[in-house]
Amino acid sequence: MAALEKQNADLQTAIANAQMAGDNGWMLVSSALVLMMSAPGLILFYGGLVRRKNVLGTMMQTMAMMGIITVLWGLVLYSLAFGHGNSVIGSFEHVFLKGVGLAPSPYAPTIPEQTFMVFQMMFAIITPALITGAFAERMKFSATCVFLTLWSIVVYAPMAHMVWGAGGLLNISGGRIPCLDFAGGTVVHITSGVSALITALYLGKRIGYPREAMPPHSVVLSCIGAGLLWVGWFGFNAGSALNAGTLATSAFVTTHFAAAAAASGWTLAEWLKTGKPTALGAISGAVAGLVGITPASGFVTPMAALWIGLIVGVFCFLMVFFVKAKFGYDDSLDAFGVHGAGGTMGAILTGVFATVVINPAYGAGKAVGLADGNVHQVVNQLIGVAIAWGVSIVGTLILLFVVDKTIGLRVSAADEAEGLDLSQHGEEGYHSELVAH
Amino acid sequence: MQKIEAVIQPGKLDAVKEALIEAGVTGMTILEARGHGRQKGHTEFYRGREYSVDLLPKIKIEAVIPDAVVDRAVRAILTAAQTGSIGDGKIFLSRVDEAIRIRNEDRGEVAL
Repeated sequence: MAALEKQNADLQTAIANAQMAGDNGWMLVSSALVLMMSAPGLILFYGGLVRRKNVLGTMMQTMAMMGIITVLWGLVLYSLAFGHGNSVIGSFEHVFLKGVGLAPSPYAPTIPEQTFMVFQMMFAIITPALITGAFAERMKFSATCVFLTLWSIVVYAPMAHMVWGAGGLLNISGGRIPCLDFAGGTVVHITSGVSALITALYLGKRIGYPREAMPPHSVVLSCIGAGLLWVGWFGFNAGSALNAGTLATSAFVTTHFAAAAAASGWTLAEWLKTGKPTALGAISGAVAGLVGITPASGFVTPMAALWIGLIVGVFCFLMVFFVKAKFGYDDSLDAFGVHGAGGTMGAILTGVFATVVINPAYGAGKAVGLADGNVHQVVNQLIGVAIAWGVSIVGTLILLFVVDKTIGLRVSAADEAEGLDLSQHGEEGYHSELVAH
Repeated sequence: MQKIEAVIQPGKLDAVKEALIEAGVTGMTILEARGHGRQKGHTEFYRGREYSVDLLPKIKIEAVIPDAVVDRAVRAILTAAQTGSIGDGKIFLSRVDEAIRIRNEDRGEVAL
């Protein structure tokens, strides 16, 4: 009898170990996929969109985030985002990764906490990097580093805690205003996109904008970058299931469907508007769709994902083509037009299309979104959006003011004309044969 | 001696080069160039912004040739580079006073 019990216990342990190995394998791959979105994905996407004299300056801004945010995440950011604090911010319980070991945490019971920690770190890296698209070609490198470092403490950590952290205000399990944000539509895309708009407005336009032509120096690089973003996004969204189960599959499928629908939607809208479907339009649409599906990816059906992609793709196209032109702000690479607008629309549509069929987020049989008849969820989503906009606007304005008054934000007119590559880094992305010997 | 400078469509380079060699031109210099004549450029679209590109890619061929070869060289270029469409390019001729080969200091037509 005792032998049988022991055999049973051994079997249970073997099953648990097998599940942990499978989940951990997927989550480590997902973490790497999300980092791939920063470099090489975003680096190439943004790098191709600027003029050739700014290609390295732009790439360096994302590279810098990979360095700085990683260090800061281990020191304090992880604790501020996921420590047990109040409803707005975490605590210092995990500073220097204290207590973050190889045993699972309540956030993800089948993977080591260090895997969860490193997966979340990759989100914290790409989010400030996305903002650089709005102020491309004109901010000092030193100011970029200081501003975005402070931003990740003042804006990112509280938003991540509010939405995903234990006891967070917007957390779907136990928060006062439960918001649906599967993979970071609110935490990543609204915060970065809105902060991007504020930064573009605060900094002002690039010299010569919009009179001078400032076309991308290599749409080829941007196409490769966007492709890597699309692939990496499977880790971003499907990884947010935090295990290798069926929900990861569902998020994977919705992610792909939305990106495809949005790429098609943007391209078609552009074709109708200008008479030509551009490659840049197709990849911009794909990214917009990926942004739009991010909050919804673990809550909606594949057909709902098609609708979300189509709506967000066309919406972002309208923002970039008409709204930006009307208001005249210089969001250089459309960080707001794609991430801010797409994230906001995606968050709202999540409240519309989320269904218990895919994810019984509030318990078996309880309605999730409007699709199930839960009107209230759309209101919650709107409140979540409003809070994310508010935190981003206020936090970003304060930080821009502080950095501007201390070390200064913008490069000199001469440095801007010379380009960030030479003026900030003393190197060039492309040498002429004449000087390269 | 005369210098012949021809601005042609990039796609016509090989044909013109072969025709010039056939006509007795011994050496030439090829430059990648941008420019336009009387024709308009084209339009490019990036996220809704329209850019007109009026400096179009061209190839410029330079060769200094003996007077006796000039007519044949001009005819060679005209035959090889002409499509009849706008943007085919131009040929310029100018007198050259002296030519010196750096290797052995030959002067005049013998240096060509």
